Amino acid sequence: MSIKTYRESIIEAMILEMKRDEKVFVIGEDISGGRGCGDFEGEAAGGPMGLTQGLWDEFGAKRVIDTPISETAIMGAAAGAALSGLRPIAELMFSDFFGVCFDQIYNQAAKFRFMYGEQGATPLVIRTMIGAGIGCGPQHSQSPYSIFANIPGLKVVTPSNPYDAKGLLISAIRDNDPVMFCEHKSLLGMEGEVPDDSYEVPLGKGKIIKEGNDITIVAIGQMVGITQGCLTKLEEKGISAEIIDPRSLSPFDEDMVYDSVEKTGRLLVIDESNPVCSFGSWITSMVSDEVFSSLKAPTRVLTPPHCPVPAAPNLEAAYLPDMERIVEATDYLTNYS
Amino acid sequence: MQLSKDKLLDAYTRMKKIRVFEETMRDEFAKGTVPAFIHLYIGQEAIATGICVELNDTDTISSTHRGHGHCIAKKSNLEKMTMEIFCRADGLCEGKGGSMHIADLSVGMLGANAIVGANAPIAVGAALKQRVLGENLVSAAFIGDGASNQGAVFESMNLASVLKLPVLFVFENNGYGEFTGVDYHCGGGDIAGRAKGFGMPSYKVDGSDFFAVQEVAAEAAERARKGEGPSAIECVAKRWYGHFEGDPQHYRTKEELETIRRDFDPLKIFRKKVEEAGLVDSKDLNMIDEDLSSEVTAAVEKAKNSPLPNVEELTTNVYEKGSY
Ligand SMILES: Cc1ncc(C[n+]2csc(CCOP(=O)(O)OP(=O)(O)O)c2C)c(N)n1
Ligand SMILES: [Mg+2]
Repeated sequence: MSIKTYRESIIEAMILEMKRDEKVFVIGEDISGGRGCGDFEGEAAGGPMGLTQGLWDEFGAKRVIDTPISETAIMGAAAGAALSGLRPIAELMFSDFFGVCFDQIYNQAAKFRFMYGEQGATPLVIRTMIGAGIGCGPQHSQSPYSIFANIPGLKVVTPSNPYDAKGLLISAIRDNDPVMFCEHKSLLGMEGEVPDDSYEVPLGKGKIIKEGNDITIVAIGQMVGITQGCLTKLEEKGISAEIIDPRSLSPFDEDMVYDSVEKTGRLLVIDESNPVCSFGSWITSMVSDEVFSSLKAPTRVLTPPHCPVPAAPNLEAAYLPDMERIVEATDYLTNYS
Repeated sequence: MQLSKDKLLDAYTRMKKIRVFEETMRDEFAKGTVPAFIHLYIGQEAIATGICVELNDTDTISSTHRGHGHCIAKKSNLEKMTMEIFCRADGLCEGKGGSMHIADLSVGMLGANAIVGANAPIAVGAALKQRVLGENLVSAAFIGDGASNQGAVFESMNLASVLKLPVLFVFENNGYGEFTGVDYHCGGGDIAGRAKGFGMPSYKVDGSDFFAVQEVAAEAAERARKGEGPSAIECVAKRWYGHFEGDPQHYRTKEELETIRRDFDPLKIFRKKVEEAGLVDSKDLNMIDEDLSSEVTAAVEKAKNSPLPNVEELTTNVYEKGSY
């Protein structure tokens, strides 16, 4: 056990799995960097955000494959490789770029198992970066996980801390279906206790971050930490909140949320995606369907407003759900009668 | 063809403005005043300028993440563009877009673009006005060597060729896509040659030399205006700085950087040519240098002292006012 960053945990998971299984390989743009640059030999970057640092040194160009800027070909090749028995980890540098290559993900990889009558598996992981908060503007800051979760056949994971990042990535690599692994760019430097050995955090199992009795707050990705930051404020107000990090959105740990809402009678979801058809609204809809009689207040979802992520730093700060809005919504729901 | 003195001074002004502006942005970024990543255009000034001097105000360009130079070459309002880079309320895009999304539709600048390759089809779309409305126009797409590998770019070349649209596919081969060399990422190694395969005239020119770019731009633009379809121009130049500011550039040596800044300086090359040929007086060029320096400083100071957008503006501009 040692202190590692979210970034280091992701790298470690890939290294462990690549050592364990020679069929695992990484493919993407500039994942080592420096290929074809004069006499340069080595790893120039390990990805623009350093998320593949050290892989090339350890495994070389055979399994750490730098590509041209061609997302459709990268994702399609990864899908085809998976269908053919390899276990690719394909990097989609920013999740916003799914717009370039989504056909290969949602019409191809996600549907192989079903439409080919279960003849084969598609053990593909697409690692991609989501999220607002560091001034990347409208085309580099989105959180399209609700769109991903909408696709049957695709699994979706949103780790909120280094421990889960490592364990979920190991599970995702071992999983036999395509998984969108959504790394939040604001969390890359986050530190936490992470075992050095290999371990799995199962897909589809949420985690109760803190137990409580008055309200269930489900928070996704970056929103988990922001919600935890509200705890002192909430305790001062005498509110005992139960915080759940679903960790994966598809499959989703419905039972954990139902059990919690049956205890607390109230549900608030904190979600960074666009509000219309957001994952949060799906959670509240399932809860209303399944445990309506336990509810003592309406359910509520906090998301950014229905607009793109702005470039201006003050607008971006206003865009994201923050502690003030979370406390206010919690207050409202716990006082509702 | 011999260019007029006015045209030469105009070209020099645009190139030098790009240089001074980008050097200033570099300093500002180092000081931490710029709210986002920036990608500098230094080393490629002759490309945007060589193309844009052959375009009219009603002609259009579509640009990339490395778009400051394209904006300036297309004569975007410098103050408003600077404000946009600083994400200010009075910026061209009201602070919503920032450096990677500057657009100035008033001068036919259809936007910088943070999705690599996405601007190529947009330029094709603008060119459709020739076919649909019979308008006289040329539409240029600036496309990096890295971007040249995108499906959207290949599809655009084919579509423009099939429909004989007035598009200039301007490939800016600066040797790198991020941290990867063109020798690795470009299959066949010949961007202009690939374009030829789509059935369009295709040139490969020295992108550090304004005259080399301008000459073929004039030819390609004329053909486009006459309805004879698209052309491709691969301009080979050097990227003087990192992919973005802050890039440690482990993949290239100090010597490479020194050499390219010495031997591939579009401004030096231009000055040498026009001075040796006696086409313009050095004094005229020096005067431009001085004027630009104060113009750019003033624009940056003004931008830094202007307000950020009002927070109430967060949800405006998403749909047409009153329609949603
Ligand atoms: C679709 C897409 N893929 C990847 C990126 C990340 N990215 C931004 S710039 C860049 C390199 C572009 O290289 P090139 O086209 O040669 O332009 P240059 O930076 O040299 O001007 C990459 C990979 C992106 N923004 N969009
Ligand atoms: Mg390039």
